[in-house]
Amino acid sequence: MTDITALENETLAAIAGAGDEAALEALRVASLGKKGSISELLKTLGGMSPDERKVNGPAFNGLRDRIQSAITAKKLALEEAALNARLASERVDITLPVRPEPVGSIHPVSQVFDEVVAIFADLGFAVAEGPDVEFDDYNFTKLNIPPDHPARQMHDTFYVAKQADGSQHVLRTHTSPVQARTMLAQKPPIRIISPGRTYRVDSDATHSPMFHQFEGLVIDEVTHLGHLKWVLEEFYKAFFEVSSVELRARPSFFPFTEPSVEWDIRCDRSGSQIKFGSGSDWLEVAGSGMVNPRVLDNCGIDSTKYQGYAFGGGIDRLAMLKYGIPDIRSFFESDLRWLKAYGFAALDLPTLDGGLSR
Amino acid sequence: MKFPLSWLKDHLETDADVATIAAKLTAIGLEVEAVEEAGARLKDFTVGYVVSAVQHPNADRLRLCMVDAGGKEPVQVVCGAPNARTGIKVVFAQPGTVIPVSGEALKIGTIRGVESRGMMCSGRELLLSDDHDGIIELPEDAPIGAPVAAVLGLTEAVIDIAITPNRGDCTSVWGVARDLAAAGLGTLKTSAVKAVAGTFPSPKTIALNFAPDAKKACPLFAGRFIRGVKNGPSPLWVQERLKAIGLRPISALVDVTNLIGHDRGRPLHVFDADKLVGNLQARLATEGEEILALDGKTYKLDSEMVVIADNAAARGIAGVMGGQDTGCSETTTNVFVESAFFDPARVAATGRKLQLNSDARYRFERGVDPEFVVPGLELATKLIVEWCGGEPSNVVVAGEVPAWKREIIFADNTVARIGGLDVAKDEIVRILTHLGFGVTETDAALTVVPPSWRSDIDGPADLVEEVVRIYGLEHVPSVPMSRPNAIARPVLTSAQKRLRLVRRALASRGFNETISFSFVARTSAALFGGGDDARQLQNPIAADMDALRPTPLPSLLAAAQKNQARGFNDLMLFEIGAGFQSGMPGAQQTIAAGIRVGSGVKSWSKAAHPVDAFDVKADVLAALEAAMGSAMAAPVKTGAPSWYHPGRSGTLALGPKVLAVFGELHPKIVAAFDLTGPVAAFELILDAVPESKAKKTSFSPSPYQAVERDFAFVVDAKVAAEDLVKAAKGAERTLIEAVTIFDVYEGKGVAEGKKSLAISVRLQPKDKTLTDAEIETVGQKIVAAVAKATGGSLRA
Repeated sequence: MTDITALENETLAAIAGAGDEAALEALRVASLGKKGSISELLKTLGGMSPDERKVNGPAFNGLRDRIQSAITAKKLALEEAALNARLASERVDITLPVRPEPVGSIHPVSQVFDEVVAIFADLGFAVAEGPDVEFDDYNFTKLNIPPDHPARQMHDTFYVAKQADGSQHVLRTHTSPVQARTMLAQKPPIRIISPGRTYRVDSDATHSPMFHQFEGLVIDEVTHLGHLKWVLEEFYKAFFEVSSVELRARPSFFPFTEPSVEWDIRCDRSGSQIKFGSGSDWLEVAGSGMVNPRVLDNCGIDSTKYQGYAFGGGIDRLAMLKYGIPDIRSFFESDLRWLKAYGFAALDLPTLDGGLSR
Repeated sequence: MKFPLSWLKDHLETDADVATIAAKLTAIGLEVEAVEEAGARLKDFTVGYVVSAVQHPNADRLRLCMVDAGGKEPVQVVCGAPNARTGIKVVFAQPGTVIPVSGEALKIGTIRGVESRGMMCSGRELLLSDDHDGIIELPEDAPIGAPVAAVLGLTEAVIDIAITPNRGDCTSVWGVARDLAAAGLGTLKTSAVKAVAGTFPSPKTIALNFAPDAKKACPLFAGRFIRGVKNGPSPLWVQERLKAIGLRPISALVDVTNLIGHDRGRPLHVFDADKLVGNLQARLATEGEEILALDGKTYKLDSEMVVIADNAAARGIAGVMGGQDTGCSETTTNVFVESAFFDPARVAATGRKLQLNSDARYRFERGVDPEFVVPGLELATKLIVEWCGGEPSNVVVAGEVPAWKREIIFADNTVARIGGLDVAKDEIVRILTHLGFGVTETDAALTVVPPSWRSDIDGPADLVEEVVRIYGLEHVPSVPMSRPNAIARPVLTSAQKRLRLVRRALASRGFNETISFSFVARTSAALFGGGDDARQLQNPIAADMDALRPTPLPSLLAAAQKNQARGFNDLMLFEIGAGFQSGMPGAQQTIAAGIRVGSGVKSWSKAAHPVDAFDVKADVLAALEAAMGSAMAAPVKTGAPSWYHPGRSGTLALGPKVLAVFGELHPKIVAAFDLTGPVAAFELILDAVPESKAKKTSFSPSPYQAVERDFAFVVDAKVAAEDLVKAAKGAERTLIEAVTIFDVYEGKGVAEGKKSLAISVRLQPKDKTLTDAEIETVGQKIVAAVAKATGGSLRA
């Protein structure tokens, strides 16, 4: 028995001292392998008497099991140590920056366009579009601005060169020709907004030769000036995300509307950012009016039966007011710093349920 | 239009103050742009007292003055005016004061070696008169240091209003007063014009000389001769009024027309009768006829323009400007006064074609009162005789007052129906009557005759405007609109949705969206297939913005150049906008164009990646997938338009319809825009993108093991990878789920002119697990199909 105890102690000590998995494996072979010390010991059981075997059998098998467990436990410990060592060696400087990924942006005009659409879509306004190069007839004459009408002077018009067929066209000076196109193509009831690029020969601190307008048009049998006032109030409230706005109407003149009304919004310009809904200042925000019966007739709509309103405003201007962008010319300069400062994230799609802005 | 308050009060009896009047003007559609004091530009000038004036030590004509301007000590001023002398009160400007005539701030100067710390001003320097012979001498009792504007009586408020093009009647103080009276702000008190009896027949006759179809050009022409006048300065009150509204007094005979134009909206012309040859007539100009106008310029007329002519030549451009040769001077003694009615459209066309603006044109093209042609002449006669003496002839008249009376049936419910406003019928009648409309009441309507001065009133809608603006727009209630559907339905068209998806897909890939002008320099447009005559702007805002762009690319590249100049070398920019094919409406495409620029951002963890054709190919495919909801199946062809690198670009087309072009830009284009390259670009023609077919179909995943097998083929170097992939895919359609190229190799080990393409093929059985033999069979089919399509064989 002393031999066995000595063997066990000696083997366990060797296992405990094994420095790596290879040494441990060698120990396993030396003790539990086919010719290992313990295997050899177990082989002697066959030559023993039943009584001897009764005593030695459990003793030898117990020894084998303990050695086996010790080897397994040591193996796990060695693996754990090796893994820990590997992990320690794999350490990185996690403060290093990430790999460069470009961050894109949506232009404020596109964003505000989407905001405007979200609001008017809720009231059933479709989005109508027209070309940038426009027939004089649609840009002016159909809208009750005959040639040499003084109102044409209000529109510093860009003219495109004469075409091969002798015709000559203009860069649209407003989005109103889309009204004419819509009425010519569609019977009432009509509810549209038409956003897009517009052009005037004008360039200074507050004017850009290209800018963006949006136009609203409603034609049916009942819509009057009171509906126009309501829709503008609701629009500006929704757009500026305030609980109330106050609009002031001023009589004005547009050849395509009669009566014509310009609208100012009450605001507070005392701080660095303009605020809507309170204050003592007024800011002009839209031109509008009841569609002139002559325009309806010009566009094939019976003016004795149908009536409605039209309004228009600047998209760039809305963006400037809502997001505090100071200079309209900067919109079209494509300065990367500006695009990043005033641009919107790709996933910031304005919705009425989630809010138009963050 | 500007007018001082006192002028308005000539026509309007009112107690209202300036603020009330200004608010009412804006409320009735005569928008007030500014209310300022007549002497606002003089606010920094004060009364000075010349304590002493002695000879300048170094200059004969200059004087050295000590001026007490109310400060602690007198100030030294060098002055060249002959009347600068001890003891006078003067208009004094401190250093820093802006001098009206130059618009520049006065500086402390040294004149001939002597310091001058201020200025004593002449009438011209203050824009008060043309007088520059000496400095202004103020009354002896003017308090030293007091504001000069008060001493000169220039403290009156001047109101400046914007006149919309329909309100010709409000281009006069009289008309403004009439509107204010109707709006309840006082009583109109303009007295009727009294005729001045003529004492002799006019030695000059007048005639209308038009073919029948042009009679409308000038239906009425009136005039009279006044002999023995003495021209000179107009009365001081007239000069002050003209100055208050920014006009320069010239002489009585000129000032009278300016005064009546502004006071009554009636343009007039006064000829020096002795310079006229024979009699006067209104007629169309002959083609190419020339006239030297009062502005000193010679205008070449055409046969659509009306002139006032004598027997020798055209003497005035009708309704626009008189001629210089027959204008009045200091020596004029006999005059002929002209008052006529000209067709507004023809005056407007004439002015536009000649690029000539004048107060007369401004009023005529907005419509003057046809009934005031002769009264205007009478008023002018009265004033000329009062100011200049002389003896008027009988009035001569050719033609007649053009018909202006028309009836408008104004149904009682119109104001409510259009304006959304309930106004009592008698209130409507009151408003219209006050505005000068003739109103007859019937049962359910009014019969309304607009006054002669309101040619803009066209129908019931105009009457609604009149009633609403005078009654008060603020009374219009807000009325909710109906909702067409209880829950809103989608409104965007599929094209509008696609555009939005492409925009946001590109931004999510890291592109910054830009919006730039639709016009570029012609030379830039020419690099991209544009720059022809049909796409030129006739009146560009600048020489380098004269051509409609054929694509947004030149705009993007110019933007890239500017950003590189600011130190941003690696850029991803895109724009969705028009590219123009001609100058015809509708000849434009909506193009999503993008550029990637630069040799890549440096990073500690990976090598910089210079932009290349495959970056933009990925952009195009991603944008298309966003737009269509599924991957694009259109084949890619090598090559793209000339602005791309011929060997590193591609075209995506569905049949003949080009969807997109992309690739690295041609080095010449990169150089033309002075860019630090490389530059890759794409143009996706959104109008050509097919409708989305992204309907979800039912899907059942296979439970059987998929297997992947790799093959390497040697093919001719010219073989398109896509052809090989297509052949492999087609070898066994039911099993082959995907074919991926994972290696392309040319060089050692592969014969000259050949390349090795390695593909990985994924097999996905649907009804059973594949056996080795079955996999082997598919492999053979793939090798055969590739061999047939490309001539390639398995790499040994």
